[in-house]
Amino acid sequence: MTVAATNTPKSQSELGIILKGVCKDPLGLMGLIIVGTIVISALLATWIVPYDPIAMNIKDRMQGPSFAHLLGTDQLGRDTFSRVIMGGRVALKVALPAIFGAMAIGLTLGMIAGYGPKWLDNLLMLFFDTIRSFPTVMFALAVVALVGPSLQTVVIVVMATSIPTYGRVARTQTLTLRNSEFILAERSMGAKMSRILGVHMLPNIIGVLAVLAAMDIPGVIALEAGLSFLGLGVKPPTPSWGALLKDGYALIRQTPWLVIAGGLPIILATLGFTFLGESLRDVVDPKLRKNR
Amino acid sequence: MVKYTIKRFGLAALILLVAVTTMFLMIRAVPGDPVSIMLGPRATPELKAILTAQMALDQPIWRQLLIYLGGLLRGDLGVDVFSQRSVSDIVFQQLPYTLELILVSIGWSAMLGIAMGAYAAAHPNTMIDRVTAAISVSFIAAPAFVVALLTLLVFAVKLQWFPAIGAGEGFADRMSHLVLPSIAIGLSWVGYIARLVRASMLEVMGESHIRTARAFGLSEPRIVGIYALRIAILPVVTVIGVGMGFLLSSAVFTEIVFARPGLGKLVIDSITTRNYPVVMGSVLVSTALFVISTALADLINAILDPRARADL
Repeated sequence: MTVAATNTPKSQSELGIILKGVCKDPLGLMGLIIVGTIVISALLATWIVPYDPIAMNIKDRMQGPSFAHLLGTDQLGRDTFSRVIMGGRVALKVALPAIFGAMAIGLTLGMIAGYGPKWLDNLLMLFFDTIRSFPTVMFALAVVALVGPSLQTVVIVVMATSIPTYGRVARTQTLTLRNSEFILAERSMGAKMSRILGVHMLPNIIGVLAVLAAMDIPGVIALEAGLSFLGLGVKPPTPSWGALLKDGYALIRQTPWLVIAGGLPIILATLGFTFLGESLRDVVDPKLRKNR
Repeated sequence: MVKYTIKRFGLAALILLVAVTTMFLMIRAVPGDPVSIMLGPRATPELKAILTAQMALDQPIWRQLLIYLGGLLRGDLGVDVFSQRSVSDIVFQQLPYTLELILVSIGWSAMLGIAMGAYAAAHPNTMIDRVTAAISVSFIAAPAFVVALLTLLVFAVKLQWFPAIGAGEGFADRMSHLVLPSIAIGLSWVGYIARLVRASMLEVMGESHIRTARAFGLSEPRIVGIYALRIAILPVVTVIGVGMGFLLSSAVFTEIVFARPGLGKLVIDSITTRNYPVVMGSVLVSTALFVISTALADLINAILDPRARADL
């Protein structure tokens, strides 16, 4: 992850080129389709779901998959298919704000660390290293234990734990760019620091961070689902993939379809975002391809 | 090298110190009287008084922190308010279960991943290489607790090939209890390690000592298996060291799914009973484990590659 200054998206047409590149790669296309399906079904969830995802119907409880209930019902007679679709919305509702927040803060701190004085750089790096030194789930559990479970807690925990990743990459990029000729030229002409960072450096850093974000989303979705599975994430009766798994785990012998209905969307979503992220990375910056 | 070792462990100690202080202040930042929060609805005036004295809550906050840090240095993680047992006893009793699970998981996945990666690198751009690549990416995407639940459903509940809960007694029983959990944790690592080994293997295969080995007429399996692989697996060491946090996180979930004893189960049980000293103790021990393993990975890297020493 060193020099990646050239191929970042700047205009609509470059975005088109990137999209074309992703579509040419079979795995990338598959990722795009999966992610597209999840995003669209989450956006249109209210209209797609055949039943109210939190409406209980004790008469029809714990029924296997059928035409009336495509993925069966749970122990309270709620329609699993509706809960899976709505769960996608919850997953994105946690993942997107958390990732964008972490990216914005990480980017700012990283650029300050890379461009500012040495002591500030050391201080920020120590801060990043400290956050990274907590195993993510353990940190999340400690915070949840203290402030109590909720959707906001999950977003904040995910954001806090992801800041260092973005910060470190933004810092490395800034350090490399700092001594490149176009920045030196700008500096010698007396440009302000805010102009150098905002106008000249930012566009060259954000592309790499966007790729990183796409590859980070699976982890965030898994963490939300994991915390909800432990009963420490979103509160019932909110439909979440993790909550489905929690209900399914408790009744794994009686209603095995719940575990499958909760688990497959998580695997599909992580698969889709991973494929898309890797394909994006190869198109945006072929140099990062090394580990493939 | 000695200088690097001292600096690297100095940094690790500094990070741990900051981490502990952060945790300590976080607990104090929660609104409300810490004693009532810790004891919850069970708070009686007597219990409150005992805990206040134990945690030195009647002292100013910086002294509380110093007392706490001093205790940590002596290996004292505090006392479980309910059972009056020492937290470090409780935590270190559960730690071996988690370590055993992590070691077995990373062990099988590293062996399989290295073999797959080496094979793919020896036959680049063949069908087998592509299949390996596709499998690698797919496995990376599978979160441990989802795999744990699905394997539990298929192999323990439906097929009943393996036991579903607990850690087992005696060697054979314990091994059979480890199969499903270690698959759940290790699965995503197989593909990751395979890709890593393939990439570094392809790099190594182009180097001069491999060319020399070829010129001497050594057999291809010998070149790949011994001369190239020895160097190509170095990144794996680093990745496993840095991945310790991720492994610990996966272990937490897997322990819950398979109802295995261990750090994860301990933390969750303590959260539900609001037993904060135990929660904090377990989080600190796992953080220390992570920081130390990252430092060790850096150290191994520095021994093998002198260029890495300049980074600090």
